Amino acid sequence: MIPAGFEYHRPSDIASAVSILQEHGDEARVIAGGHSLIPMMKLRMADMGHLIDLQDIDALKGISLMGDTVTIGAMVTQHELITSATLANAVPIIKEAALLIADPQVRYVGTVGGNVANGDPGNDMPGLMQCLNASYELSGPDGTRTVAARDFYEAAYFTARDDEEILTRIHIPVPAAGTGYAYEKQKRKIGDYATAASAVMLRVVDGVCAEASIAMTNLADTPVFAEAASAALYGRALDDAAIGDAVSAAVEATDPVADNRGPVEFKKHVASVILRRAIDRAASRAS
Amino acid sequence: MNEQTLTPEQRAANLKGMGSSRKRVEDVRFTQGKGNYVDDIKLDGMLFGDFVRSPYAHARVVSINTEEAMKVPGVVAVLTAEDLAPLGLHWMPTLAGDKQMVLADGKVLFQGQEVAFVVAEDRYAAADAAELVEVDYEELPVVVDPFEALKSDVVLREDTVDENGNATEGAHGPRNHPNHIFTWEQGEKEATEAVLSEADVVAEEMVYYHRTHPCPLETCGSVASMDKVTGKLTLWGTFQAPHAIRTVVSLISGIAEHNIRVISPDIGGGFGNKVGAYAGYVCSVVASIVTGKPVKWVEDRMENLMSTAFARDYWMQGKIAATKDGKITGLWCHTTADHGGFDACADPTKFPAGFMNICTGSYDIPTAYLAVEGVYTNKAPGGVAYRCSFRVTEAAYFIERMIEVLAIKLNMDAAELRRINFIKKDQFPYQSALGWEYDSGDYHTAWDKALESVGYDKLRAEQAQQIEDFKAGKTRKLMGIGLTHFTEIVGAGPVKNCDILGLGMFDSCEIRIHPTGSAIARLGTISQGQGHATTFAQIIASEIGLPADDITLEEGDTDTAPYGLGTYGSRSTPVAGAATAMAARKIRAKAQMIAAYLLEVHDDDVEWDIDRFAVKGAPERFKTMKEIAFAAYNQAIPGLEPGLEAVSYYDPPNMTYPFGAYICVLDIDVDTGAADIRSFYALDDCGTRINPMIIEGQVHGGLTEALAIAMGQEIAYDEMGNVKTGTLMDFFIPTAWETPNYITDHTTTPSPHHPIGAKGVGESPNVGGVPCFSNAVHDAFRPFGLTQTHMPHDHWRIWKTANDLGLHG
Amino acid sequence: MSKMHVTMNVNGKEVEGLAEPRTLLIHFLRENLNITGPHIGCETSHCGACTVDMDGKSVKSCTVFVAQAQGKDVTTVEGLVNEDGSLGVIQEMFREHHGLQCGFCTPGMITRAHRLLQENPNPTEEEIRFGMAGNLCRCTGYQNIVKSIAAAADTLNAQKEAAE
Repeated sequence: MIPAGFEYHRPSDIASAVSILQEHGDEARVIAGGHSLIPMMKLRMADMGHLIDLQDIDALKGISLMGDTVTIGAMVTQHELITSATLANAVPIIKEAALLIADPQVRYVGTVGGNVANGDPGNDMPGLMQCLNASYELSGPDGTRTVAARDFYEAAYFTARDDEEILTRIHIPVPAAGTGYAYEKQKRKIGDYATAASAVMLRVVDGVCAEASIAMTNLADTPVFAEAASAALYGRALDDAAIGDAVSAAVEATDPVADNRGPVEFKKHVASVILRRAIDRAASRAS
Repeated sequence: MNEQTLTPEQRAANLKGMGSSRKRVEDVRFTQGKGNYVDDIKLDGMLFGDFVRSPYAHARVVSINTEEAMKVPGVVAVLTAEDLAPLGLHWMPTLAGDKQMVLADGKVLFQGQEVAFVVAEDRYAAADAAELVEVDYEELPVVVDPFEALKSDVVLREDTVDENGNATEGAHGPRNHPNHIFTWEQGEKEATEAVLSEADVVAEEMVYYHRTHPCPLETCGSVASMDKVTGKLTLWGTFQAPHAIRTVVSLISGIAEHNIRVISPDIGGGFGNKVGAYAGYVCSVVASIVTGKPVKWVEDRMENLMSTAFARDYWMQGKIAATKDGKITGLWCHTTADHGGFDACADPTKFPAGFMNICTGSYDIPTAYLAVEGVYTNKAPGGVAYRCSFRVTEAAYFIERMIEVLAIKLNMDAAELRRINFIKKDQFPYQSALGWEYDSGDYHTAWDKALESVGYDKLRAEQAQQIEDFKAGKTRKLMGIGLTHFTEIVGAGPVKNCDILGLGMFDSCEIRIHPTGSAIARLGTISQGQGHATTFAQIIASEIGLPADDITLEEGDTDTAPYGLGTYGSRSTPVAGAATAMAARKIRAKAQMIAAYLLEVHDDDVEWDIDRFAVKGAPERFKTMKEIAFAAYNQAIPGLEPGLEAVSYYDPPNMTYPFGAYICVLDIDVDTGAADIRSFYALDDCGTRINPMIIEGQVHGGLTEALAIAMGQEIAYDEMGNVKTGTLMDFFIPTAWETPNYITDHTTTPSPHHPIGAKGVGESPNVGGVPCFSNAVHDAFRPFGLTQTHMPHDHWRIWKTANDLGLHG
Repeated sequence: MSKMHVTMNVNGKEVEGLAEPRTLLIHFLRENLNITGPHIGCETSHCGACTVDMDGKSVKSCTVFVAQAQGKDVTTVEGLVNEDGSLGVIQEMFREHHGLQCGFCTPGMITRAHRLLQENPNPTEEEIRFGMAGNLCRCTGYQNIVKSIAAAADTLNAQKEAAE
């Protein structure tokens, strides 16, 4: 219940935050909303000598649409994602997914940056960002770089971010008009991580799939961007056979672990059901 | 408007007595955050205690090094069994005739067991120090399967074997294996076996009621304050039985009982979790004595789930015999009861398996036999009655599953099978084959009302169509209709056969009327949300004609409340409620004499009328209770003492037997295993109904605890004795989103032996709810050949059932 | 660990105290400020008994370090009582409709309901259940809590209309 102690920092810009990270190395960690980190600290499964609170850094806030890219600051909360008119218009799948995360209180405080940067296989945003082909901006001592979400996740809690870098923004290409979307998630109750979840975006042109993007969540130690599943739909009508192939390919790419939610066989079956429903819903929305 | 112009209806309504949905007096403070729970208590110089707990399920404790822990600023002491032994407090008695380690004495028997108690100036220092206590463990083989435990060479309780390694006699008789605790038998073994062998039809099934935990929202805690000057110990705590705790603390500590004051303040839910004594209570008392300062101990949620008393864990092998027309002729039950490392079951002394012998349920079964075998395993000790009377949930689940299994065997409708076997109204008081005398019931009326209210025949028709559609591939959903008619046994209980550690299970009420016509009453029970301050005042209001709003009702302070055995097992209304009525009647009897004196007539010439005594035949001549109250302090009445008060200690002649008819409809998604509750109808008969609003609230709450238990909640262990469900991530408590709306209904069949005919209702919904949800799940799969699948019916288990039945193509 | 000087506004009053940065806001409220309405029911941020209103958001105060709450506006259930000491509308409706039993989840429930009705003054039953899903209750089965909140919405809307 009680975390170990730490020295607390609240810098007002990115550069200061980075320099504190540099100074203390792996003794320092950033905190965004804290609703992944603080529970770990209370169980004494995470501790650090220095905690860097990012809440005063304005550069990490805000949602903007410029041309065909939406940019979301790392400190934007799930609540802000849900209530953003810009996002509801440009990338509606984000709101749909955010509403399925945690509970109202956690959504008020939990940030999109924390959700994508943590590397927790249970988080929903990583798979969604891979589906959207988003990229993450990282700022560190050597400057700024961008890493595609699809290249970011290496293993549970291991990402492409160096210890001294901060994930500052997420860039998302606005889906083309008429793109169908769906985020489907099975869970035991509100507040639980997914037993299986799936993000699907697809475009249908002349009755045939012109583009598809499928990602699966909490079915491996990283999100699973199922390229083979998307490939199975490309150029085909979205009939039972095509969808069946896509689903098989996606489930094949997963590697779930048995836990209290159920055994591997169960999770794979649910994954197939969830994905099928997501594809059906996305298809019904595609125009 | 004055006293003379109010109609009788208005006068009665003003009292807000029995039958009124009176708003709760407790709510004024609770809605403002001004409750007073244990963790709200702050005393000068108060210290905090925190435990070091074993990560292993079975291990020797080789050494404990507290040096580093003691260096943390603010740490005052670290207690181990070595420190408690000279006081004889390293072990404590349980409520089941066993004893339990307070702090690890040479070994640990379950994951999470208390090993050391850190005492510090604030809880943060205590937590830091607990991390620094170094314990050297030597792991031992772990036994988590109770059936294996009865055959295993691994001896869990070395304190219960003699020098040859043989099991010593236990509190409930001889033990046939070191890991065996007791065998308890009721009914007739040979006669039942004979009935089974001769029967037309016998259905047999293993019915498992899985391990779970009451998990009230407030965890357990205590504040102990030993005053060295007065020699008095004050102990606040989350105690469902404060007087019993006082007596037990006196017996084990040697402090005389008049020097101990136990206070149960506001309690954030009990559900049986807070009946027994825990190591934290004992350690806070010892720490206060040792340090001379108040010591607070409040556990966190993981500690609550992993180390305080679990509930259930009964493996019930059943056989039910019937004629080919469905008349039950015999019932046989052999239960293997998994008690964990210590038998800390909270039961009346003579009932090591509680009232499991209510397992003949609502049915007229002429011959029956029950045997329960208790077993030690490397799990947390227990079990307690989680929102039920002792083992009544297990018994009700057992019989309500066996009747379904029998219906399958007979290819009969389960509603009809129940009806033809119900005990009939004119058979009450009914002697059951396993030894209980049921007080009253009218099961047929309740059943018919329930079936009609839900449109049972139409539901079955809809279900039949759904099955056709499923087989034709038109839907992947199956509809389940869950039925339950339960009878429970509550209100423990008659002193001649019910005692907790030798303390008879009577209860008490003391009432004092003030000169200006308001009153104070105190009971031996203690509310943890049931609203006693509101409802018991209603009983008094109806009995003595003073408005409930003018009656203060207190519980929980052993310095002022009359002795009672506390609140659990739905005993408050049957026992303390009876005491309340009896005390009130004593007051009314004296009031009658005062009234007669004031009206200058004989005692028999006045009659009671709602809130006054009036002269028979001359109703315009009366004295209200208010006037009588003042007269009690004002008049010198020959033959009567001044004042107006009474106390009653009520020894109930019998338990009471509430019953109910529940019907649930749910829809199962066969591919995901998710079950959606479509409707839940609950008809409860608790006899006389004191406050309908509160009854409805109890039913909603109990059904939701039942939903949790049936559909996902469990305390699960892996084969190394690691707890898999130790946080609210995995220990299923539904939110408002997963919880359905309930339809509540009632019939009223008063208890003939209870002064106000009331039976109690708080736990009925959990007793009836679990089998109802479970039966609905089973019913959905019945057409495909399912007879039994164990709870909880979470997604993956329902999915597995569908998978095993070949429903995934 | 050294303590920091903390200032914030709680229930309309400027308050201050000394606490280690790691002090959970729930402990700062309950121990340093003696505000014991919000309760602790778990340590994994699931139960919501600790819910407060912080800068216009429903927040689980057990999952916030006091250092993070520096300078913020915090309202607890105590702050929802009227100036004259009478119960606020939501509190009154919880009493009217039996929306509580043991009272332990109640401060968190009412504080969350307060923010919910700011977000959505006219919620449907479904919206109430979804909006309250961060607060667990063991006693009531939620049905009367939902009823209480719906009644509070009606009352508040009627009051608003009357004022206009």
